[in-house]
Formats: sequence, C-alpha cells, structure tokens
Amino acid sequence: MSHVWTIAEQSKGKLRAVSFELLSRGRKLADKMGTKLCAVLLGANVSDESLQELIYRGADEVYFVDDHRLENFVVETYSNVLSDLIRQYKPHTILAAATSSGRTLMPHVAIQVTTGLTADCTELDIEEETNHLLQTRPAIGGNIMATIKTPNHSPQMATVRPKSSRPLALERTRQGKITRLALKEELLDPRVQVIGYREDTEEFANIEEAEVVVAGGKGMKKAENFTLLRELASHFNGVLGASRDAVDRGWLPYPHQVGLSGKTISPKLYICAGVSGSIQHLAGIKTSEYIVAINQDPDANIFRLADFGIVGNLFEVIPLINAKLAARKQKEGE
Amino acid sequence: MDIIIPIKQVPETSNVKMDKETGTMIREGVVSVINPLDLYAIETGIQLKEKFGGKVTVCTMGPQSAAKALKEAIAMGCDEGILISDRKFAGADTWATSYTISEAIKQLGSYDLIITGERATDGDTGQVGPGIAAWLGLPLATYVSKISDVTQESIIVERLVEDGYQILQMPLPALLTVVKEVSNPRLPTLRGKKKARAYEIQVMNAADLQLNEACIGLKGSPTRVIKIGYPKVTRSGKIVKASGDTGLNDAVDALLQFLEEKELI
Ligand SMILES: Cc1cc2nc3c(=O)[nH]c(=O)nc-3n(C[C@H](O)[C@H](O)[C@H](O)COP(=O)(O)OP(=O)(O)OC[C@H]3O[C@@H](n4cnc5c(N)ncnc54)[C@H](O)[C@@H]3O)c2cc1C
Ligand SMILES: Nc1ncnc2c1ncn2[C@@H]1O[C@H](COP(=O)(O)O)[C@@H](O)[C@H]1O
Repeated sequence: MSHVWTIAEQSKGKLRAVSFELLSRGRKLADKMGTKLCAVLLGANVSDESLQELIYRGADEVYFVDDHRLENFVVETYSNVLSDLIRQYKPHTILAAATSSGRTLMPHVAIQVTTGLTADCTELDIEEETNHLLQTRPAIGGNIMATIKTPNHSPQMATVRPKSSRPLALERTRQGKITRLALKEELLDPRVQVIGYREDTEEFANIEEAEVVVAGGKGMKKAENFTLLRELASHFNGVLGASRDAVDRGWLPYPHQVGLSGKTISPKLYICAGVSGSIQHLAGIKTSEYIVAINQDPDANIFRLADFGIVGNLFEVIPLINAKLAARKQKEGE
Repeated sequence: MDIIIPIKQVPETSNVKMDKETGTMIREGVVSVINPLDLYAIETGIQLKEKFGGKVTVCTMGPQSAAKALKEAIAMGCDEGILISDRKFAGADTWATSYTISEAIKQLGSYDLIITGERATDGDTGQVGPGIAAWLGLPLATYVSKISDVTQESIIVERLVEDGYQILQMPLPALLTVVKEVSNPRLPTLRGKKKARAYEIQVMNAADLQLNEACIGLKGSPTRVIKIGYPKVTRSGKIVKASGDTGLNDAVDALLQFLEEKELI
C-alpha cells in the first residue's frame, strides 16, 4: 500500500538503462516517506538475473507481467494492464521514463485512472506535511521551471527525463521480492499490431539516452565533414546530433535533431561545432550537464550557454582534438 | 477520409510571462501563432484529403482570439474550423484539456482520423494527443514519422522510437500524433487566405457541449502549478581563442584539461 513505483522498460527482453535511473529517483522518494519502492515491468523473455538487478539497484519489490504478447510496446494493452495494477495495489507515486513509450503510456493511464501527470520532470521531491510529490520541469523552451503537484488525486504521476539521474551502484546483498503476474486476457487490446521494425540508418540515433552527444550545425558545411564529429564522438562512446539547419540539409536524419522541434536532451556532455545557438536550439540542450562549443564567431549565442568554448575554425580545432585524444588513449594503453 | 486536427495557439516569443498567483501564462500582449509542431499535423491531414477526398476540420480550445489560428489553418487548405471556447475552460491542464476536446469531437459526427502535433511548444507535454485517444477509446500511434498505407478500414504508420522505427497497423478511426519528419508544411495560398477571411468559425462553449463542470478548467485539473522559477540562462563558462598555431594548441590543451577536471575523459 502507498508504495512508490517505477515503470521499468525492456527492449527484446533486455532492461533499458533508464529503468535503473528511475530506481535511484524512486529510492530517494520512498526513503523520505518511509515506504517501499517497487519496479513494475511489462514484457516477455526477461531473465531472472535482469529482474534481480532491479532489486540490486534499489527496488524492494518487482512486479513482472510476463506474456509474449507484451514483448512489444503497444499503448492500449500496456495502459490496460498498468491501470489494472494501479486499481489493485493503489501506489502512492508512479515514475516512468520520458521516453517514446513512457510519454505515450502515462497520459493514457492518467485518463484511465483519473489523475494528474507531469511530463518530463528534472527534479522530484516529497512535500513534508502532505507527502505530495513535488514535480519540477522546464517549460516554454526551458525558459521557466515550474513546480507542479497533484493535491487531490492519486496516484501522483510523473515522467522523468532520461539521463537526468544516475543509477545506484549494484548492491548484490540487497534482498527483495519478485512477483511474476500473468496477463489477464480481458486486458489485451488486439486492435493495434506491430508489424515491423526499421533501424535508423545512422548507427545509433538514441540521442535522448546518450551520455555524450556530439553535434554539428550549418558550419560543418557538408555531410562528409561529419566524419570529423563521428571520430570525436567515438572517443566518448557518444552519438551524433545536429541542428535543424544540418538536418534540413540532409546531413543527418531527423531523429538526430536537437532542439525545439527535435529532441530535448540532458547528456552529461554536449559538444557542438558550427552551431550558432539559436533560442530553438538552446531549448533542447539547457539541461545538459556540461556544454562545450566550437565556433569561429566570438559573438555566437552558443557561447552564452557553454561551460567551455573555443573560438576558432572547427576544421582546425576538431582534428587537433581528435589527434590529442587518440594520442592520449595510446599512451594509456602502453 | 474525414480528419480532425486539434491545434493549439501558442505565444511566438520564448519570453512569456507567468501569472505568479495562478501559475498560468499571461497571454495578453504576446503575438500568437499556430504551435509550429501542429503544422506537420495540418499538412499531413491536407495531403490525405487531397489523396482520398473527404474534409479536414481543425479545432482549438482557447480564447476567442484563437480563431486566428483556425483561419490560418483554413488558409493552408483545411475545410472547417471549430473554436472550443469558454471562460470556464481557463487554466485547464492536459487532463481537462483532453476531456474538453474529446467531448467537442464527439459532437462533430463521424471521422476516420484525428491527428495532433507531437507536443505544444509552450506547455511542452505531448500529453493531450494520447489523452484524447484514451477518452475516445481510439487506437493510438504517437511520434508518427510516416504514413505508409491507408485503406478504408486501416492504416499503416511508422513511429519514431529510441533506436529506430516501429511499424504499426491499426484500424480506423484512430489517433496519430506526428513528428516533423512526417511532412513539409505548405504556406497559405492567396485563394486560401481569401476563403479563410470569409469563413465563419463555429464556436462551442461549455453549455453547448454539456460538459461535466467538475472536469473542466482549473477546477477540473488534477495538477496545480505551485511555483515558477526562472533558471539562469547563461553559464559563465571559459572561452578561449584558437588563433595561430600556438593559440590553437593551447586552446585544445585547455579543453582537454577541462574535460579531465570534470572526469569526462
Ligand atoms: C519553430 C522553429 C523551430 C525550430 N526548431 C529547431 C530545432 O529543433 N533545432 C535547431 O537546431 N533549430 C531549430 N530551429 C532553427 C533555428 O532558428 C536556427 O535556424 C538553427 O538552429 C540554426 O542552425 P545552425 O546553428 O546549424 O546554423 P547557423 O545559425 O547558420 O550557424 C552556423 C554557425 O557555424 C559557425 N561556423 C561556420 N563555419 C565555421 C567554421 N569553419 N568553424 C567554426 N564555426 C563555424 C558560424 O559562426 C555560425 O555561428 C527552429 C526554428 C523555428 C522557427
Ligand atoms: N488547447 C488545445 N486545443 C487544441 N489542441 C490542443 C490543445 N492543446 C494541445 N492540443 C493538441 O495536442 C498536442 C499536444 O499538446 P501538449 O500536450 O499541450 O504538448 C498539440 O500539438 C495539439 O495538436
């Protein structure tokens, strides 16, 4: 009763990293209220070790609704199942990831169970006297931070931006209970069928969940020059991003677009080159932990938001960074 | 193919003022435009109409002045515009907004498709589209980047997910929320503008819709904004100049040192 829940996510039976990030958020809230933290997972073919990892990373209990028909995310059935669990167990708070599935599932559930939902939160806390969830999120292109609560409805629900918290360290001595639940037939909604999957052409476009994003703008001049950034990204295991101008020119596909009409990201490190820093672009990167900018124009707007900036020609600067990082790596290897 | 497109009017500037009392936005004196992400929904709707016939109806919940957004959509090629407007709707969160819009849509008769934008650039939640689908019990596809096939009864779409595209087949009527990749919005034509000017927007208020008053406006909203903060926009970072060979070398070394200090390498 009155527990804190996090909605874990899986893809092809493997837990996604954001599941663990949510647990570290949830742990703090549960501890503050002196209640339990439960991870809820819908899916199929998830190994016992994976479920156990949820316990090792902060959960007291795991509910796993295990059915091959839950292998792929389909909002109708997922929403029925989660709403049913909510009615049965009455959790106090539910945190889900602000991912393509979390941001689809939770607003659907909010209507089914009649409660509020705050999108894309970056900070969460519990109000002392009332135990209300205080949900803080950027709005209007990151120009304001709004703190929102749901005073008269239950559960308290929020989606949380990926990469905005770190997973807890693996603690193999943690004990917890794992409950496998069957899918109730009447909750299955067969209308929407997943009939295929297409990978992104660029090797990895998941810029919302990447620790490091290396982005290029119009200053990159042409698509081929992104090899410079690809090399730079490889030093950090990072992924490629782009400004709208670069995407509109076809240098990278749309899923890489950062900003107001692209993706809002919160990586640990954002490096951009040849990006001027329009308000629309900055809207997507304001919650990055560190921002590094390379631009030849000393007055470029991007420098207002940079933690470290280099005023210079990116075609000279980036190759030198790449060379020095490669030399450094080689030295470490010796 | 009859299509309904809920659109939102949003402030154009990114320096919007907030009412500290209610935590809602002060809209007076700010130039308003169609939510830029809704233009992709409008374009998608018009293209489907051009291909399959039928009509496109845009609707918006907002103040009287939001009629302007509907007229702009009509100038682009939409056929009908419905303004869902009442003082009682003020302060609605995404729960109450999706309730109100879905009740209005019920009044509009039959339709094959509802298309919304991915999210509005002011509230920035992306919750209203899925909310409307939930209220109406419609099959839902979010983040749609491509409509690959349409028949009388069903539609095949691609939706953008974290590491690629999921392909869905769903029966009609359905609700789609679309991303920028789905279409390339057209500009209004002169003929369209003329048509829009002459068009009389239909208005629906709370009484017309016989809404449950406990579910609308601020009163019907489960969430409350309790605090607004203005984050520091600028970071006073270190800026170095890479000019000349030594300048270049020093600048890159300084960057590496910065990355080392922050444990990023
Ligand atoms: C509704 C709306 C939504 C939008 N959404 C987005 C969005 O989601 N994301 C987005 O990015 N934009 C968005 N924009 C567009 C935005 O306004 C800018 O047009 C865009 O961000 C500019 O991209 P850029 O910085 O790559 O190009 P530019 O502004 O042209 O900047 C290029 C920069 O490269 C520098 N440069 C050139 N050559 C070199 C060199 N050799 N070495 C170093 N530096 C060099 C220049 O000094 C310049 O600062 C949106 C606009 C609107 C109206
Ligand atoms: N007041 C409104 N009137 C009509 N449509 C809306 C309204 N608010 C949101 N929408 C639609 O829902 C989408 C998502 O908005 P939001 O959930 O506010 O980010 C928008 O792109 C619009 O298509």
